[in-house]
Amino acid sequence: MNDTPENSNGNSEKEFVIVIRKMHKWYGQFHVLKDINLNVERGEKIVICGPSGSGKSTLIRCINRLEEHQDGEIIVDGTELTNDLKNVEVVRREVGMVFQHFNLFPHLTVLDNCTLAPIWVRKEPREQAEVTAMEYLERVKIPDQASKFPGQLSGGQQQRVAIARSLCMKPRVMLFDEPTSALDPEMIKEVLDVMIELATEGMTMLCVTHEMGFAKTVADRVIFMDEGEIIEQNKPQEFFDNPQHDRTKLFLSQILNH
Amino acid sequence: MNQFIYKPGEHPDLPPPSNTVGPIAWVRANLLSSPTNIVLSVLSIWFLYEIIPATLEWAFLDAAFTGESRDECRAKAGGACWAFIGERFNLFTYGFYPADERWRIDLTFFLLCLALIPVLWDRCPLRKFGLYFACAFPFIAGWLLLGGFGLTPVDTDEFGGFMLTLVIGVTGISFSLPIGILLALGRQSNLPIVRVFSVGFIEFFRGVPLITLLFVASTMLNYFLPKGTTFDLLLRVLIMVTLFASAYMAEVIRGGLQALPRGQYEAADAMGLKYWTSMRLIILPQALKISIPGIVNTFIGLYKDTTLVIIIGLLDPLGVGRASLADTKWTGLSNEMYLFVAIFFFISCFGMSRYSLYLEKKLATGHER
Repeated sequence: MNDTPENSNGNSEKEFVIVIRKMHKWYGQFHVLKDINLNVERGEKIVICGPSGSGKSTLIRCINRLEEHQDGEIIVDGTELTNDLKNVEVVRREVGMVFQHFNLFPHLTVLDNCTLAPIWVRKEPREQAEVTAMEYLERVKIPDQASKFPGQLSGGQQQRVAIARSLCMKPRVMLFDEPTSALDPEMIKEVLDVMIELATEGMTMLCVTHEMGFAKTVADRVIFMDEGEIIEQNKPQEFFDNPQHDRTKLFLSQILNH
Repeated sequence: MNQFIYKPGEHPDLPPPSNTVGPIAWVRANLLSSPTNIVLSVLSIWFLYEIIPATLEWAFLDAAFTGESRDECRAKAGGACWAFIGERFNLFTYGFYPADERWRIDLTFFLLCLALIPVLWDRCPLRKFGLYFACAFPFIAGWLLLGGFGLTPVDTDEFGGFMLTLVIGVTGISFSLPIGILLALGRQSNLPIVRVFSVGFIEFFRGVPLITLLFVASTMLNYFLPKGTTFDLLLRVLIMVTLFASAYMAEVIRGGLQALPRGQYEAADAMGLKYWTSMRLIILPQALKISIPGIVNTFIGLYKDTTLVIIIGLLDPLGVGRASLADTKWTGLSNEMYLFVAIFFFISCFGMSRYSLYLEKKLATGHER
């Protein structure tokens, strides 16, 4: 699956929401991402794991151009990410992102956080955007907090607002950058429940996470990264029961046996 | 309280012990909490006791409020001679503006207050129209003060007193904020030319004393500009004061921009917001809120710096005061004059300071639960 034919034409790209070919990235002299090849099917759920500093966050941040890649190509829903700001805007409209630290806008109410992008990017009328926002807030089970400010909510509630905020843009792909790493144990579950529900509805998801339980139950594919390379990728069952690479075995033994 | 024993999980909320709340507890906690604190409290009370009665005596009880000259004042009372301020009040307020045209200044001041209401008060009725009016105000004010188009023209040489302070202060304040915002954003820009220009501008205007700029405005510009161009002195001063304050403003706002977590920029980018939209709706509202104390600090500094125009011959309240003291009838009343001018500046600056506190409180969202 990670071998893309060189002569692939537009037809094969249509089956994949995200196509990454021979992508490299450097921070100055530091080679963070090395020869990344990754195709994501529509509706596929991918969990990316690996030790810290392995480049997993950088990889998904390249998909919506929060980070620039220097070599190779990234094509999201038929649009290639280049220096052309137009393309970047098109991609960002279709790709939602949830951050480790939520990054809600503290000066806006929960509802305004959710309606901002639909109003200003999608040019929806405010009334319609508010109706949509309330629907998604109901789905993440916090419609009663709509008029509060983010600072008045718990971490788990904030992260659920952040998910609802991304969903309001009706994205084709959702990126999750360690969505539960900054949460108290009690709150991790409420966020994971929302993510699982989203997954069962068929959303294409790329999650960087250390929640191996989530990976086992939800993922179609688990990708293991180390030192900027994709070391191994497989179905979760295979990945956890029968890891191929030594580095993967070491990583799994460290996170599972304690 | 200990005699009650509650089952685990059933402990009710109890009131605090009575000696930790109320006025006596306040005095104990704030004035008498430690030996040093007791000494400081006693010294402060003694200092106030010494200074307040004497000041009241000089300023009010033993002061003369009427009189034609200093000698008449002195004959009546040993304290302050407010008759001097009374006689010169119009000069302090209007400068040398023609007496028949002073209603125009009054009207401008009234319209200024009217224009400030929608700007400063966000729940003002019909705020949208009020803001349109506020945008039109500078042009209306310019027309009213300078004349032309049906009004008798008045030369800017005749501007003076508090009215001059307000003209320079309000112009400087209302233009330095937007220019400062643009410079601060320019300094963070990815475009090298914009960045170099912003940094150069800020460093130059911040690195040069305002007095120097005012001198340049009053004398040197004539050498640079083509011969025969007339360029109003007050206008040059306004430009210099505004640019000077903008440079400071830019640095204050840059502090606010840098204090925002990077995640805010990233979240805005990730949503696909365009640069100016994300600045306007997400970054600047937060950065400006953080910068309020610094912004108001710069405003107050600018407002008080308007007194420097005296050195290039414009007559601000201090200039008017000094000229008035030269009158033989009123010599030696500098205490009264400086106190009067100080009170004027204090009221304006204190007002700005209070408004900024109100604004900070109003804009606080959720950091204090």
